[in-house]
Amino acid sequence: MEIVKPQWKKPPLSANDVVSTLPLYRSAPSLEVRLEDFELYAIDRLRVLKGVSDGLSRGKRPEEMEKLVNDLWKAHMRHPLPSEVTNKDIISHFVLRLVYCRTEELRKWFLSNEIALFRHRFRLLSPEAQRLLMAEFDLPYKPVTTAEFEGVKEKLHLVARSTGQPKPTASDAIFYKVPFEEVPELVAGRRVFICKGYAYVAMNQVVSLVVTQFRGLLSKALVLTNRKWTSTIREQEKDRLTPIVETLCTSYLGPDYSQPKEFAEVSIKDIDQVAKSSFPLCMRHLFEKLREDHHLKHGGRMQLGLFLKGVGLKLDDALAFWKAEFSQKVGAERFDKEYAYSIRHNYGREGKRTDYTPYSCQKIISSTPGVGDHHGCPYRHFSEENLRAALSRMGVNSGAMENVMDKVRNRHYQLACTLTFESIHGSSFDAGINHPNQYFSDSQKFFKSKNNPSGQGEPLDDGSPI
Amino acid sequence: MNREESENGREDMLIDGQKQGNVSVPSEFNVNYLKLYYAKLFPCADMFKWMSYGNDGKHPACDKSYVGRREFSFTLENDIYLRYQSFNNVVQLENSIKEKCPFKIDIGPVYSVDPAKKNAYAQSGDNVFTPVERELIFDIDITDYDDVRYCCSGADVCLECWPLMTVAIKVIDTALRDDFGFNHILWVYSGRRGVHCWVCDGKARRLTNEQRAAVADYFRVYKGNENSSKKVSLTGPALHPFLVRSYSEVLERFFETKLLLSQNIFSTEDRYEKILEMIPDKSATSELRGKWQTKKGSKEDINVVRWEQLKNTLQSGKYKAQGLRRCVEEIVFSFTYPRLDMEVSRHMNHLLKAPFCVHPKTGRVCVPIDPNHCDEFDPTAVPTLSQLFEELNIGGTRAEDENEWDRTSLGQPISFFRSSFLQPLLKSCKEEMESSYKSKLQQSKSPLSW
Repeated sequence: MEIVKPQWKKPPLSANDVVSTLPLYRSAPSLEVRLEDFELYAIDRLRVLKGVSDGLSRGKRPEEMEKLVNDLWKAHMRHPLPSEVTNKDIISHFVLRLVYCRTEELRKWFLSNEIALFRHRFRLLSPEAQRLLMAEFDLPYKPVTTAEFEGVKEKLHLVARSTGQPKPTASDAIFYKVPFEEVPELVAGRRVFICKGYAYVAMNQVVSLVVTQFRGLLSKALVLTNRKWTSTIREQEKDRLTPIVETLCTSYLGPDYSQPKEFAEVSIKDIDQVAKSSFPLCMRHLFEKLREDHHLKHGGRMQLGLFLKGVGLKLDDALAFWKAEFSQKVGAERFDKEYAYSIRHNYGREGKRTDYTPYSCQKIISSTPGVGDHHGCPYRHFSEENLRAALSRMGVNSGAMENVMDKVRNRHYQLACTLTFESIHGSSFDAGINHPNQYFSDSQKFFKSKNNPSGQGEPLDDGSPI
Repeated sequence: MNREESENGREDMLIDGQKQGNVSVPSEFNVNYLKLYYAKLFPCADMFKWMSYGNDGKHPACDKSYVGRREFSFTLENDIYLRYQSFNNVVQLENSIKEKCPFKIDIGPVYSVDPAKKNAYAQSGDNVFTPVERELIFDIDITDYDDVRYCCSGADVCLECWPLMTVAIKVIDTALRDDFGFNHILWVYSGRRGVHCWVCDGKARRLTNEQRAAVADYFRVYKGNENSSKKVSLTGPALHPFLVRSYSEVLERFFETKLLLSQNIFSTEDRYEKILEMIPDKSATSELRGKWQTKKGSKEDINVVRWEQLKNTLQSGKYKAQGLRRCVEEIVFSFTYPRLDMEVSRHMNHLLKAPFCVHPKTGRVCVPIDPNHCDEFDPTAVPTLSQLFEELNIGGTRAEDENEWDRTSLGQPISFFRSSFLQPLLKSCKEEMESSYKSKLQQSKSPLSW
């Protein structure tokens, strides 16, 4: 993207270009961009992506996401000049690509939200525009012939019914037969009929095919952009773009809680006490189960282990803590051999030596605990009965309980957790919970200011990333 | 050795094992036997041939570095782990196994570079050391069925609960072949409490982590965790064809004719209450509970009677609670549907124990299981180290055969491995290599086509 001098101007869109479709962001545009717009456009797009990310973590349904994306896009991505709308879309995407290419964590965040955005924008397109976009990807798939359709009709009907779709008929239904690897999300959800390695993808599901292609493009592009950034752009632009790029990403992502901050240390002797007072339900539950069973399965060890790291449990203490429990079940020797490695791994002392970050609410809510597992988000994964029992053990009164359950029924799990926080601490909390470690640190702050009345005026820091 | 003798041999050993109780080395397993096993019986050449996937031939399309980029991991006595071992030829592999005498051999992925030199590459910064190929694998453990079996728990397994594994093999094997179109599938007894599955088609080996996770999720019906009473939730107005087939071809019959009786799942209040919990209609459950609290003398098996009553009640149309219609299926699924260890299948870099290893706790060899005859597989009849050792001794006076295993009970498993798995696999590897080579030639002949 040219920042200063335009090499050529894109011909303005003529009024005859009726079918508007989505840009695929294949290559950076040769456009003149004012430095101001460079930043403003990026911030507007970030607002959209952050909204998408919040929507996903609240467990919104596809239809709700569609509406959300539509609203967010209208609110933030408008431009007074109709001809500039597409340019704003493209420019903001490429600026954020620079911003979010620089670490694995940033790339992941950007990729997943850009893809969600693309998916829902695609679904909002007219069928004609969708077909045009498919053609642009040059997908080598042909629609299933009528004869073949007749052969698998029954199965296709069954799949359609199982996913609540209308019954497809030979005349109106277009199915594409594609290798199952191309549509992992449809396979994972059993939303397609699969036979001998081929998935039968209905026209209203081609979004998955297109998204797979788009993900591939963007994921590769991000890695390339990162290389270019580190090798040349960062240095060349150190007085102009680099400072903008480097501050943009922190404005919305929120802290990752990989390094404990204010309450730098928690020692083993305090841990039971702080677990009782300041752990969110998901962690309390894991903690209690660990104390009870002296064991947790992999998912639980990861969720609780990284949380404790974020809380400030040092590696040696973490090893001692886990060992004390596990050795009662599997023996100290087996603990050293089979489990200690993964704890050191979490602290970045083994394997790839990545310092892993504690799980956010979004990650925990979208996890899929199975038989024998205790991890996940209790508001999402517990039965109503179990959740009520757990909440009352935490000290949530019956009035607040109904409000919490109401949020749960509407799948606002983080709001349910926020209400729990408010009920237990007896104080309102406007920011909302989006990370278990945020719950913890705000709870600790609350108790500190309560025990220290001189700091009365100190308001509860909302810990909000914005 | 005739059948009777082998039967006696096993019984003696069982008694031996019981007497010794907690002695660390059971009679079925000891290091000397293991050494002899690796020297005379372990099919090292076949394993290496398998891992080479045809790249050890003379064809110009062969990738000579392929097999040398595969990770092997050894677990030695005293649980010393040797990870990232690699071997360029069968002699290296054989010598290393004989020298180190690993208690367990695990097979990892094929990496982008020789895993033994990973540290050298790690210094170059860029992530060049990364898994590039790996069989699609599944691990099913009987311990994950503890809430639905009453005969054993933990690592124990008996002929009453083993059929749960057989059912898992049938359901997964059929779907892998019919739905996903895979052909080269190896099922292996894990030596104690479960089964492993290796899907070896080229397409399967090249799946990304995301695609592996998708296949694993396709098989997943357990949505509840330990904190929700319902373990299986089948929503929607109809079931996916894969679930319909699994239910009607395998699960329903197994549940009604086998599991119901062998696990006595309705026989006591504790047990039937667990099932009633899965029914979302209070009046339906109280009707059933009422019937069951008073025991009536009946010639028929109590489990069968109660199951019929449950079905009649739920299907009578009398109760209308949401989700009731699917409840009978949900109960059958939660008792019988395969429970996969999802993490194993999801990632390329998960290690899995190699076939033909010997389980150090049971002394049993991890032999292949024929999915077409998995009903006949008996985990308690799998050859043990000490049994093989005896068989070798008995035949010891004979002239040395080329393959010593032919006169032991390992002969049949090895010849099954070769004829049903390895030979068809290598044949298709060759064909695949041939065709990809041809198309590459074609491409290079039409210049500038891109």
